Amino acid sequence: MLIQNKSIVLMILVAFSPITLASELGKTIVMQGNSSGAMACSICHGANGAGQAQAGFPNLAGLDPAYMQKQLQDFTTAQRHNPIMTPIATALSTDEMNAVSTYFAQQSTPTMKPTTADDSLLKAGQQLAQNGNWANDVPACFSCHGAQAKGVGMYFPALAGQHASYIEQQLNSWRSGQRSNDPNQLMVGIAQRLSETEIKAVSAYLANLTATNN
Amino acid sequence: MWLTKTNSRPPQGHNGRLATRFLGAVLLSSLLFNPAFAEEKDYQVELPAAPKGPASFTPPNEADIPNNAFGDAVRYGLSLFTNTQQLRGQYVGNELNCVNCHLNKGRQANSAPLWGAFPMYPAYRKKNDHVNTIDERIQGCFTYSMNGTPPPFGSKELTALVTYHYWLSTGAPVGQALPGRGYPKLDTPAEDPSVSRGEVVYQDNCAICHGENGAGTQVDGRYAFPPLWGKDSFNWGAGMHRVNTAAGFIKANMPLGKPNSLTDQQAWDVAAFMNSHERPQDPRYEGNLEQTAETFHQHQCFYNKEVDQQRIGQGVK
Repeated sequence: MLIQNKSIVLMILVAFSPITLASELGKTIVMQGNSSGAMACSICHGANGAGQAQAGFPNLAGLDPAYMQKQLQDFTTAQRHNPIMTPIATALSTDEMNAVSTYFAQQSTPTMKPTTADDSLLKAGQQLAQNGNWANDVPACFSCHGAQAKGVGMYFPALAGQHASYIEQQLNSWRSGQRSNDPNQLMVGIAQRLSETEIKAVSAYLANLTATNN
Repeated sequence: MWLTKTNSRPPQGHNGRLATRFLGAVLLSSLLFNPAFAEEKDYQVELPAAPKGPASFTPPNEADIPNNAFGDAVRYGLSLFTNTQQLRGQYVGNELNCVNCHLNKGRQANSAPLWGAFPMYPAYRKKNDHVNTIDERIQGCFTYSMNGTPPPFGSKELTALVTYHYWLSTGAPVGQALPGRGYPKLDTPAEDPSVSRGEVVYQDNCAICHGENGAGTQVDGRYAFPPLWGKDSFNWGAGMHRVNTAAGFIKANMPLGKPNSLTDQQAWDVAAFMNSHERPQDPRYEGNLEQTAETFHQHQCFYNKEVDQQRIGQGVK
């Protein structure tokens, strides 16, 4: 009887613990949006966070949660301007941002279809990702985003398995100044020193790398 | 005094006995170690500075490493150079890799490129009164920068590293200092390097990769960004513990992807901040800090100096 009581207490504790509540909140917003006008994340990113390659909606599954929280915060400022995300992020409270970030971080990384990019483009992308182009002060992607671009902490997101369309779009956003929320302006300078061909090549190569959870 | 926030006076706050002992040690060491003798064993002597001007030497492409026994040694050397941690516990005693200080696989000008070092050896060193080979110089890196035990002469590891140096220097003139060799020498800063100003530079520019406490960043138990001080970093005998050496490296190479973005003053300050922390003991230490400082640390460094009322150079394990 005593043991049974303990289990009930434990169940109640688990059910109402802040973690459980947060994950419920995350799931609810992902699936339904909130009452302040944020639409459901799943409409564009999918319930599993896989995103949509064609539309350039990023894969969020398995990304670092603190990285995603920061991006949502930054969408509410001029640091990361995006016509779709800015109004959504503005309609989320900090707790809600944290909850959806945690939700997506916990989703397992989807298996991406191999890209149709041609071999020479992928080879050029691999060269840049692994070795950089130091003659132009571009370090290897892997030197900051980690071995095989699996991501390093909250500042260097995983790029492996991210949609090529999204990576390309972001590199161009840094070049144009639409995105300037990189710590210490590390990406702005690098993006500006990349050629159009290099951007296409490295995006295709990174998209093709198998992603794993951060 | 070129360093602020340091104090090389004998410790006053403790007691007279300690101060007397300190003075005694200084006197004793000055009696025992005349300058010529004092400099013996110092393998970390700098070679002549590189001539000014842009680097013009281009090392060969990796794709052109030949497919034969020689090429195999080059590739093994390259592998050891980029992932030196495969020798951890054997020859490597910390968490660093050669490429942490020799960027771009030892190819990068102004980041102590191997093609700048190799053609300068063998070199006679007055400091240890014999001709040093490149093998011996690389062994020095293992003793100090890698805080380990050097691979022996003729070992396959040392031979492979030398072979990689040689291959990377293909076409470089022998015995001639090339522009881009070593780290750039910065002019003496307008203001003495300051640890406290350096801390601000560090937190603003370095901490996101190297951590607020210089411990680096790990992913799955491996370092994505190297530790800059503490037990897992280079020891008190490594060239990088000198503030001038670190300042030159930092100015030309850090933050990664933003070379030459710090002012000279910022580079000096942040180098002072980095090198005002504890790290593994100088392997030449034989039980007496003052004596070791006197013999081996007559240069711009914090070994046996006071930082925040603490005498540093005690070493950490």
